[in-house]
Amino acid sequence: MKCDGASFCPKIVDDAANICVLLDGPGLAPHKQRMLAYVIRRVAQSILVLLVVGLVAFSMFRFVGDPIDNMLGQERTQADIDRLRTQLGLDRPFAVQYYKFLEGAVQGNFGVSYRQGRPVGKIISERAPATLELAAVSGFLAISIGIALGVFTAIRRDGWASNVIMTLSLVGVSLPTFLIGILLIYLFSVELDMLPSFGRGEVTKLGWWTTGLLTSSGLKALILPSITLGLYQMTLIMRLVRSEMLEVLRQDYIRFARARGLKDRVVNFRHALKNTLVPVITVTGLQLGSIIAFAIITETVFQWPGVGLLFINAIQFVDIPVMAAYLMLISVMFVGINLVVDLLYFWVDPRLRADRTGAH
Amino acid sequence: MADIGAGQLAKPKEIGRWERFRQSDFFWKFKRSPVAVASFVVTVVLVLSAVLAPLIAPHNPFDPATLNLMNGFTAPGEPNAFTGDEFFLGTDDQGRDVFSTILYGMRISLFVGFSAVLFAMILGVALGLIAGYIGGWTETIIMRIADIQLTFPSILVAMLIFGVAKGFTPVEYRDQMAIWVLIIAIGLSDWVQFARVVRGATLVERGKEYVQAAKLIGRTSPAIMVKHILPNVLSPVLVIATISLALAIIAEATLSFLGVGAPPTQPSLGTLIRIGQGFLFSGEWWILFFPSCTLLALALSVNLLGDWLRDALNPRLK
Repeated sequence: MKCDGASFCPKIVDDAANICVLLDGPGLAPHKQRMLAYVIRRVAQSILVLLVVGLVAFSMFRFVGDPIDNMLGQERTQADIDRLRTQLGLDRPFAVQYYKFLEGAVQGNFGVSYRQGRPVGKIISERAPATLELAAVSGFLAISIGIALGVFTAIRRDGWASNVIMTLSLVGVSLPTFLIGILLIYLFSVELDMLPSFGRGEVTKLGWWTTGLLTSSGLKALILPSITLGLYQMTLIMRLVRSEMLEVLRQDYIRFARARGLKDRVVNFRHALKNTLVPVITVTGLQLGSIIAFAIITETVFQWPGVGLLFINAIQFVDIPVMAAYLMLISVMFVGINLVVDLLYFWVDPRLRADRTGAH
Repeated sequence: MADIGAGQLAKPKEIGRWERFRQSDFFWKFKRSPVAVASFVVTVVLVLSAVLAPLIAPHNPFDPATLNLMNGFTAPGEPNAFTGDEFFLGTDDQGRDVFSTILYGMRISLFVGFSAVLFAMILGVALGLIAGYIGGWTETIIMRIADIQLTFPSILVAMLIFGVAKGFTPVEYRDQMAIWVLIIAIGLSDWVQFARVVRGATLVERGKEYVQAAKLIGRTSPAIMVKHILPNVLSPVLVIATISLALAIIAEATLSFLGVGAPPTQPSLGTLIRIGQGFLFSGEWWILFFPSCTLLALALSVNLLGDWLRDALNPRLK
């Protein structure tokens, strides 16, 4: 029953063309066949989701207002309209137009923003570093502090510090993100006047990437938004690590490890924490998408010049190309993350292979 | 006990619905939990004051005739420097009484929250019943859509639906339709929970004898689903609805705060907080502070109530 995911995955890629043959092939063990079928179904499902989202995005493009109206000014002749219609391919069948739209989308070509009059792909790539940096720092904070606090509250389960942390985390979960942001601005910007309340501070250009991590004003500007964004995920990871740790600490092998006279630190970290990490990795992976999504709220509170703020402004002004592009982008990200996490299950935990493939 | 005669022993004393409720385990548990009682009282007070806003509110904040611009930025509890008028929670930049705007704002927040949850509930319960009872391809399609939607955070789904719907609404109706679009967006982002739970419960109920009996006497599938199975799967739905209400209120506030929800002509609590944030640096803290506290109290009390309800109705914890 040995089934090594790491050596198996490249095989899928190599043999992508022969998948059908493989499925019926006599050489493959039944559990591998089932697994392969599962992988293929997951990939097919992901592609289907993206096609549907693409259809929604395309319909917005095509049916909200008249694209010709949006592009030509007041002074126009019927000849202009006809020429642009042919040029944009609007006289062709719906399916052909949809295909052309997808072709453009795959190449990062989403048309021109109605509001800014510049290519959407360019605007998004300018804004992406701000969001990605914010998300990365928040994710790092959430994981490191979340795991540390989770381990702490599990080991000192009845201590007063643990109780305080657990109560605070409950409050943190029920507070809406934007109120946390406002509260932080009030404390640290208005009252204490220590940290900036909006913007990215001074940024450095590294090729096409802009970073705020190299200047002190950029780092300072990053503190409040990243705490706001990471807080929810932090409490989530903390509570998860705590409950998993409590579960594991009850097991016999932990008791035997203690009986063998191993130090507390070794037992807690080497034996216990290691075995709690599978669900933590999964949840963290899935939360990655949420961080990018919730960045919309944080970016609006702190006027952070990222993609989320761009999207909110696009909704306010009904800037369809930007909305369509964001819709496609975020879907690709979410579908991709979920696919990767689902496939990682097989690789990380051998027990899940049998269960999950059996269930489908 | 003395008045119970021989004839009465066979049938128990008739008691009314209210009396039966007062003697139930449920009410006993409720009385014993201070958190539940407190959150219930806070919820009822807030909901009542929102419903009765036109009677309670000292001013109608949306009637320009009652406003006086000179009253702008009056601090809470202090008389205004020009007019001498006093306002319990102060006024905003346009001289609107903050207390009144909160009451009216809460009306809109609660209206959107309740309607969105109702919409999500009807949609989710119907799809869950159909998926669980009919099965086959119908079930696969419904539950696959549910699974896929569940991978996206619901606030993002609501935002995207709002954006798409706003795009499709003609410009002149956008402000009028915003509240309804908001309800549909939040409702559509939240039906999955209902559908999953109802489907699970329906799968269990479908195999029971009373359903087979109903089939035998020739009742149609819709009748069996609605009249026989539905009443038996409703108790978890109640719990989800309460927790969903708290989430819907927060979702509405978040969207309105971001400027993609309730329009400034019909401000909800989120819109009020958005307006108040603009005065954070100039020292008029009350314009931001009181709406935020109201939102917190509302969301927290409904949330705690839902948590308690979940534990109280959970048969495994009995």
